[in-house]
Formats: sequence, C-alpha cells, structure tokens
Amino acid sequence: MKLLLTFSRRGQKDSGREPVIARVVKETGVLINVEKANIDSTAGEVLIDIPDSDADLVRKHLAEMGVTVRVMENAVVLDEAECIDCGACISICPQEVFSFDDEWRLQVNAARCVLCGRCILACPHSALSQLG
Amino acid sequence: MEKSLDLINTRIRDGNARVVAADEMPAIVDELGEEGALEEVDVVTTGTFGAMCSSGAFFNFGHADPPIRMERVWLNDVEAYAGLAAVDAYLGATQEADSPNRVYGGAHVLEDLIAGNTVELRATSHGTDCYPRRSITTDLLLEDMNQAVMLNPRNSYQCYDAAANSTDRTLYTYMGSLLPRCGNVSYSGAGTLSPLANDPGFRVIGGGVPIFLAGGEGMVVGEGTQNSAGGGFGTLMVTGDMKGMRQDFLRAAVMNGYGVTIYVGVGVPIPVLDTGIVRSTAVRDEDLFTDIIDYGTPRRDRPSLARVSYADLRSGSIELCGEVVRTSSLSSYRRARAVALELKGWIEAGRMELALPTRRIDSTKRVKPMRETAITPRVRDIMNRQVISITEDEEIRVAAKRLLKDETNHLPVLNDDGLLVGIITTFDVSKAVVTDGKLRQVKDIMTRKVVKTTPDEPVDIAARKLKQNNISALPVVDATNRVVGILSAIDLGKLFGGGWRQ
Repeated sequence: MKLLLTFSRRGQKDSGREPVIARVVKETGVLINVEKANIDSTAGEVLIDIPDSDADLVRKHLAEMGVTVRVMENAVVLDEAECIDCGACISICPQEVFSFDDEWRLQVNAARCVLCGRCILACPHSALSQLG
Repeated sequence: MEKSLDLINTRIRDGNARVVAADEMPAIVDELGEEGALEEVDVVTTGTFGAMCSSGAFFNFGHADPPIRMERVWLNDVEAYAGLAAVDAYLGATQEADSPNRVYGGAHVLEDLIAGNTVELRATSHGTDCYPRRSITTDLLLEDMNQAVMLNPRNSYQCYDAAANSTDRTLYTYMGSLLPRCGNVSYSGAGTLSPLANDPGFRVIGGGVPIFLAGGEGMVVGEGTQNSAGGGFGTLMVTGDMKGMRQDFLRAAVMNGYGVTIYVGVGVPIPVLDTGIVRSTAVRDEDLFTDIIDYGTPRRDRPSLARVSYADLRSGSIELCGEVVRTSSLSSYRRARAVALELKGWIEAGRMELALPTRRIDSTKRVKPMRETAITPRVRDIMNRQVISITEDEEIRVAAKRLLKDETNHLPVLNDDGLLVGIITTFDVSKAVVTDGKLRQVKDIMTRKVVKTTPDEPVDIAARKLKQNNISALPVVDATNRVVGILSAIDLGKLFGGGWRQ
C-alpha cells in the first residue's frame, strides 16, 4: 500500500525535524520503501510503500508523531473520454504504470504509480491527472 | 486476372463487395495466394489516427448587416488568416490564442465546432464604401457557417522517423517527451494500416480519390506538402466538409513544451484491381522500416541511431546502443483500426463508391531543404578569441587575481595537455572564500561538466544553451577539446546594431 506523508519543518518542534521514517522502522520493524521524497526547509512530502498488513500499525505511529498520512489509491486518474489510446504515456513512465491490452486499449495500473507527474505533462490530450 | 473499378463499384452498389481492413490482408494472402486474394477481396480499407499539425479549415461566415470586409479575424481569440474575400478565413490548427492561462489553439476551435459548441467570431476592418462596418463580434455554431471546409495541406505520412534523445536532459518535442540518455523511443504511424504504406507507388491513391476524413467523407486533393514519396515519406493533401465530422476522429492536442496540434483520422479505401495491389496491401509491420533519429542534435539533419521495423516499435521495446529501451506511440493504433473499420462499414453499406485518381501523385519526388540566401552566423564569427584560462593545479587565489585583472567572469580550466577539463566563475571563487579554508586549488571548485560550443555551431543554438543552462558564457572548443575561444552573452550583442557582417 502506498502512503503519502506530509509534515511541517517550520518550527524546531515540528515532526519534519525528526527522523520520523527511521523511527517508525525501528519501532515497528516494518520495512518501508521510500519511493519519492521532496523535503525542503519548510515542509516535506514523502511517498512510501509498505505491506498492506502493516498499514494500520505504520499509520498509527506516524500519526502519533504528527505526520499527516494519506492512503494513495488510484494516484493517477485516466479520463477515458479524453484518452485516445495513443500510448504516449507508456514509455516515459518509470514505473510501467501504463500498458496496452490485446485490443490496443490503454490500461492503467495506478497502484504502481509514484506520483512523478511525467505522464500528466506528456499526455497530448490532458487525459491524465493526479488525485488530490 | 484483373478486376475493373466498375465491377467493384457495381458490387458495392449491390451490397456484396468483399471489404477487409488492411491489417487482415496479410493473412488472407497467406491463405489464398495472390490470385486467390484478388478474386476474394474487392476493397482494402486503411486508417491512421495521429498528430497532423498541417491541418486547418476554410470558413465562410456569411455577411452581416451592415456588412464588413474582415481584415483580421479571431475565433475564440485564435487568429485566422483573413487575407481573402470579405467574410472568408482560414484557421490553422497550430495557431495559438493570446491567453497566458491556458493553451488553446486552432485545433481546439475546430474540435469545439465539431462538438457543437459555440465559437466567438471577432473581426476588425478599416471600413470601405461597400463594407462600412469596422468591427463585429458574434457567436457562431458550425451549422451557422455557409461553408466549413477542412483543408489539410499535409496529412497521412507514409511513415515517420521515430525519436530518441541522447543528451542529458529531457527534450519536449512534437514527438512528445524524450527522456535523456535514450531513455525512451517515441514513434508515430499505423504501420500495416497506414494508407500510403499500402500503396507506396501511388497507383490508386491520388487527387480526386474519396476518403474518410475525421469521421466524414472527404477527398484527396493531391500530393501533400513536403511529399517525399521517393524517400518513403509520401504525404497527402486532403479535404472534407467539417459538418460531417465527429469528435471521435478529430481531437485537439497539446505537446508539452511544444504547442498545439491536432489528431486527425484519415482512411483511404483501396480498390483491389490486380495482384500488384494485392501485394502492396499485404504489407506487414515487419516490412515497414524507419529510423530512430536523435533529437538531441538541434539541426535539420539529425543522425540515425538505429533502423527498426514498425513490428519492433509496436512490440513495446527495442534494443538501442546495447540497452533495452521502451517504445511508445503518439498516434493511436486503436483509433486507426476504428477508422479502417468504419470506412469498411460505409463501403459494405454502399455509402461510398471508389474512384481512381484524376491527378496522379509523383512517387519519385523528394523534398528539398530551404535555399538560404543569408548566411547563418556561427559561433566563430562572434566569439572572443582572447581566452584567459587557468590550469587545474593553480591556487584559487591565482584564479581570483586573474579574474580581476582581466575583468572576466569565466575562466576555462585546462589540464597539463592544454585540454578543457572544467570552468570556474567569479561565483565559484566567491563561494570558496565564504566556505573558507579547505579548498585550495582550482580543481577543488571548478565545474567539471562544462557546457561548451564549437566554432561552427550556429549562434542560435549556442544562445539556447546559455539560456537553458542559465549561464553567461560558453568555452569554444575544437575537435580535440582545445579551447579556441569563449562566447559570452556580451558577444551575442555583436549580432545587433550591424556589428556582425558576413
């Protein structure tokens, strides 16, 4: 399951000043795969992947540390009315989210998405968007 | 055996013509042989659906009262060409509106009209005795126009170069986003379904031939602009009444970082007259080859990285420079097939009969490059040949002195052999001073990945490098990486005010 974590780093006491992910790993023993991280002086946004069975435990620990957690389902959304099944998204996606079926119709495996956003810009028909 | 067009049209009228889509033809020929396929099949329908920038439409808006002779015309803020009679205009698909907030262009106007949406017409004029009015604004639907004739100067490329990018940054092109270091391959074209791939000799495709255009009935006008059939890059100029078109087969599109384009569905029915046509319509993706061109070279003639078939491209990945690289298409094979199948339905239903060309297209013609009468300025024409440089083992203090003494901001760094290995700027030196202490030599602070140019590079390309990298000077190197000059933003000023003469 993919979780999008956001935290503030403005104040000295803010959660983003702490090694939150390392701490969760240490306290829970759950192996966290960091797929994307964007952290600057004021805030951070981190996309992690964890086993579904550990999700509740990890979410609880993160919430206690003041991290906002959002479950990412269908992170990338396809507007089927706009999509013309060209496939421009297929080769630029680092995660192989997109593919064709036997009828050359575009298939989206959103669970693989790491929110890099390349496909959204590259789609000639503005058929892709990011949830939230 | 040969079959006459009359016989085929009689069968179409009688509702018993055998029509197949082009991608079914190879298997039919495999099974029945050429003679058998000629006997069996009357018409092969082709189709393609992809980006076709060279598209647009002529409109006649009807006369207002009092009447106006439109000199400038906008449709939803997209300017159309109005250098025609009073209320005629041509709207090009790639023309963009002057709106900073959204990318909207001629293609979007065309799609809006076909979708049944209202479009705002705005026009101005200086006023004449016969056309006194000076401005007009009105809302129009497609049905309000007297004529809305799509006329696309260049559609339906026989085949198209695939694209990759060997540079270190992502390129945003009309072939889509091209990832750095050949990270992907982008291609276009319907391969076995492509109209001209099924008649590369232009035997039955030519001026006057009826076609499917964007969901409506249309016609081939003749050769498309830039037709280069002799090199395998034939094109068609096509026309059709917009009032019969559908959004399924005409879509506005935006190529990120490039601009507006339009996706058009084109299908040409091919009468199966003899075994020569059987053979040409039995073409497979495996038989159709194209080059993968390196768009990292910002010149007209770009190098080919590999030659591959459409079967390779459509497989989803190819091997390029020893690595497996994913491929993807800009055109839609699924919609190309929908074009061919709908056209097939039309002919089976007796809605469209076939015709032979009234004007033949030259299948040997090759495109010419532009004749340029002015000489493009090159880096050597304006570069500064007095290069102040430094070696990598010098102390930073020496570099600072040299920068000050020569009033320059950039020092190319050379190794013992006199070859370029880095560059340092006043900024790098200042930074070294501030961080204080440990860094002593030029090689500790220099930028090793130098953005550079060559003496024969066109100045436009060098200037783009400056802008893209947000830098103000480029070392100029020869083939052996020896510094022969430096080009700074200041040198670019020589191009203006008569400083540069060829």
